Formats: sequence, structure tokens, C-alpha cells
Amino acid sequence: MIEIRLHGRGGQGGVTSAELLARAAIGQGRFAQAFPSFGPERRGAPVVAFVRVSDDQIRLREKIYEPNFVLVLDPTLLDIVNVAEGLKKGGTVVVNTSEPAKALKKKYKWPKAVTVDADSIAMSELGVPITNTTMLGALLKATGIVPVETLEPVIMDRFGGKLGPKNFKALKRAFDEAAAA
Amino acid sequence: MGKRVGIEVSLAVAEAVKLCDVDVVSAYPITPQTHIVEELSHYVANGDLDAAFIPVESEHSAMSAAVGSSATGARTYTATSAQGLALMHEIMFIAPSMRLPIVMTIANRSLSGPISIWNDHSDIMAERDTGWIQIFCENGQESFDLTICAFRIAEDKRVLLPVGVNMDGFILTHMIEPIEFMDKAEVKAFLPDYKPQLTLNPKKPVSMGPVGVPEVYMEAKKQYEQALWDSKDVVKEVLAAWGKHTGRKYAMVECNGKKKAKTVFVTMGSLGETAMTAVDNLIAAKQDVGQVRLRLWRPFPKEEMKKALKDAAKVVVIDRALSPGGVCGPVATEIKSLFYGDKNAPKIYNIVAGLGGRDVSVKDFEEMYALAKGGKIKDDYVIWGVKSNA
Repeated sequence: MIEIRLHGRGGQGGVTSAELLARAAIGQGRFAQAFPSFGPERRGAPVVAFVRVSDDQIRLREKIYEPNFVLVLDPTLLDIVNVAEGLKKGGTVVVNTSEPAKALKKKYKWPKAVTVDADSIAMSELGVPITNTTMLGALLKATGIVPVETLEPVIMDRFGGKLGPKNFKALKRAFDEAAAA
Repeated sequence: MGKRVGIEVSLAVAEAVKLCDVDVVSAYPITPQTHIVEELSHYVANGDLDAAFIPVESEHSAMSAAVGSSATGARTYTATSAQGLALMHEIMFIAPSMRLPIVMTIANRSLSGPISIWNDHSDIMAERDTGWIQIFCENGQESFDLTICAFRIAEDKRVLLPVGVNMDGFILTHMIEPIEFMDKAEVKAFLPDYKPQLTLNPKKPVSMGPVGVPEVYMEAKKQYEQALWDSKDVVKEVLAAWGKHTGRKYAMVECNGKKKAKTVFVTMGSLGETAMTAVDNLIAAKQDVGQVRLRLWRPFPKEEMKKALKDAAKVVVIDRALSPGGVCGPVATEIKSLFYGDKNAPKIYNIVAGLGGRDVSVKDFEEMYALAKGGKIKDDYVIWGVKSNA
């Protein structure tokens, strides 16, 4: 079983990222859960969402305390929240930033880091700095949890014929451009 | 079979209600139930569900409208949580006494105060004695499946009682997970059309719900308690029929872990799944442990529960609700009275856990087991995980 924690700010779409990934995995015949940190939605406040993916039925209703991967949609969270809290040994932090992965890995003492400048990709592909779908590309690169193509039908279903292709293109670009350290 | 999809459980429950082709939905939105009735209102507005959606001004009205519409013979559904359920309280008693097969989802949430929108079972425990059949779901699939079963149970002419389907708020309602859907024909083959025995009809006037003077009140009460007890056989029958129809088998009481285990957990609702993982871990560590999951809360499956616990030396009952000033939590009270006077009664511990949205983890269950095994639960009762400086 792979456990992922997503960090973002309320309104940035972290819960949607979690949902899309879980739906893609379920579409592959696997088992998955996606859930928000329960409670009122607070625009702009640091929030988390969770994803579990497994080949077997998941019999767990607890939060994720020791994730294999952490996804950070908003780099301004890095100095506010310990995003690597509970991160499993050898785990990876995936960050939306223009900084090189190596520098972040060293600065925050993470086992592994993957970075991509998702803001730039989202601005050029979507025209808005909303990176939740884009960053899924970087997460897929880091995790290999499902093939990139499996996100296409899920994104099309969620965003429709106009925005769907743009979001999927942004995701694929992030997959290609993400760099690991 | 229908498709297997990843979906928020609330939306799957709304789909189940739609598949049951309800005639009336009367509801007032409240967190964490909102997504269910919101989706149903979309279905009605888009013409996907041929039903009357009554957007009432309060939950008291939601249940009142449900009682009225069910009395006319309409298949009737509503859903609520916490304060909303509390506001229905007065009318909750009316539905079973009028033998109305309303189905209601309760997205379980703690009752304030302190103000809390998060999960526990305090809302439904305050409605324990209203005479409803009360079912608890462990996961999303069960929430979908048992919603459909609930209509068949409620409307069986041997039953004609309202059914409450409990699913843990947020923990289940807001979870995206795989659900095996069904198509309309499959549901129709399982759930016959509702044939009411008696309806409000201007052409054939009847009185329903009249006064019960002291000379008849107790007879009426005894009758409806008997009807509630008798519904157990129908619940059993319907669950068996569902198993045959879909391959997904449920029982009123289910056991897992080691057979004839020395220490046995009793759980109800979604905690059961986390406990199952803990039990698996403990067995892997060569511990003698089992688990009994209670799915039917009312009528209480006495014989089945006693049978499930007959070999246990220690029973650890988890309650997700507090009975302040009582002997112990509501589920533990039942289990203790079940064994009253029994020479071979197990030692029964009660742990109240997960109130107001407090997470209960696998590790928690493993720690509970260690304490119970060592007989180290003071007064056999503990409110779990309370911070020591609180």
C-alpha cells in the first residue's frame, strides 16, 4: 500500500488532486481512498488531503501518519508546516517550485525530493496559477503509482471537453519536466 | 453487474436512493449529510429521478413531511446528522408507531457542545429508543448496499417500520473509494414495488396516529415492540437475499480474527475496519484475538451476539458515544446485560473512543488490546486517548 499526503492551501484544489489520483487507480481495478482533512473549508489556510492506493482492499479509517510520498502544491508552506512530518524512510517530497530538487533536499534534509515549476506550466497551459492537476504529473513521476494516461479519462470526466485537455496537457508537461534528487 | 467506480460515498448513497426510485425526498441540509441530499435535489431538478423533493425549513419539518408522505403510500427518504436528527426527535417516535417504512440515512456526527461537526455516534444514540430499525455501515460499499436493503426491510408487510442507515460522518460520507454500482433492472429485481397496507386517501378516509388512551396505549406499544423484534427475521432474510443477488454477504453480527479467541473486540460502524487491520496485525504477532462487528443495533441481535462471544474470556466493547453518568457506553450496556446472571460471562471492558472526530488508529487498537489482555483497565472503563493535562 502506498500512502500520500497532499499539502496545499484551502482553494488550491488539493482535495481534487487526491480524488483524481484515487479514481485513476480505482479505474485500474485497484483499491484506493481519497479524503480531505475533515472539517470546514478555509480558503488560504494550510490544508491537507490524503490518498491510499493498494492492490488489496483497504481496511483502514485512520488518517495517514507515515506517508510514503508528500505532495506540496504551494512552496510558501515549506517554512510554515513541517511537510515531511512522519515521512517514511526513503520517502519523497514533491514540490511545486522553480528551485532545483537538490537544493530543497539539502535545505530541509528530506530523503528524496522531486520538483517542478508547476506555476509556470499552469500559467502557460491554463492561464491561471492553479497547479493541482499539473502537480499530479510530478507526483506520478515520483511514485509511478499509475500510468500517466490513466489520468486522462478521469480529468476529462471532471473538467469536460474545454478545460480537460488543457489540464491533462499541463499534467503531462509536469511529468516530463519534473526533476528528482 | 454494475460498474465499479471511484466516487464519494455520499454520492453513491444518493445513487442508491435514486435506484430505489423513491417518490418523495424531504430534507434539510446539514454537514456532513449535505452532499447526499444535494445530489438528490440535482437528480430531481434534472429529471433523472421522478420524485417530489421537499426543501423543508427545518429537520422537524423534514421528518414531519416524511411521515405525511409515507402515510399516503409514497416511498419516502430523508437524511440528516447530529443537531438535525435531534430536531427530528419528537417526530422520530411517530413514524414507527404509525408503521411507516421511511428510510433515513444518518451521517453520524457528534451533538454539540462543544460545537462539533465531526463524527461520533452521539446523535443516533439519543434516538436509540424511538423504535426505528437501526443499521450501521462499515464502509462505502455497505452504505450503498444497505440503503437499498433498508427499503426492502422497511416495506416488507411483516415489518412496516422506518429504517435508519447509519454511516460515519466524514469518515465515510466524504471518502472517495471504489463502489460496485448496480443498474436499475438489478435493483428492481431485488426491491419490489411498495404496496402499502393502508394509506391516507380522501376517497377512502382513515384515521392514522390517533390518541392512545390509557386503555389501549400499552397494547399499541407492545404491538410495535413485537413488530420491531419480528423484523429481525426479515433483516436476516433480506441480507441473505442481497448476498444471493450481488455476491456481497452481510450478517447482523459478523466475526473475524481467531476463532474462539480469548480477547474479543466489539465494534460498530467504520471503526470496525481499522480494528480488523489491528486484529490481523496482532494475530500475526501470535496474539489470541478476535473481533465481533455489530451491524444491526435495533432490534439488538441478542442470540447472535451471545453466540459470537460465547468463547471469549475478555470482551472489549468500543463505544463511539458517551452515556454521561451511566454505567458504561450504550453498546457495552447491551453486552453486559446480555451476560447478566451467566456463570460463564466474560470479563467485559468498555472503551469510549473517537468522540467528536478524534482519530482512532490501528495503534490505538493495539494499545487497547495490550491493556485489556493485562487486565489493566481501571474500573473496566476508559475514555480513550484523553490528553493527560486536559
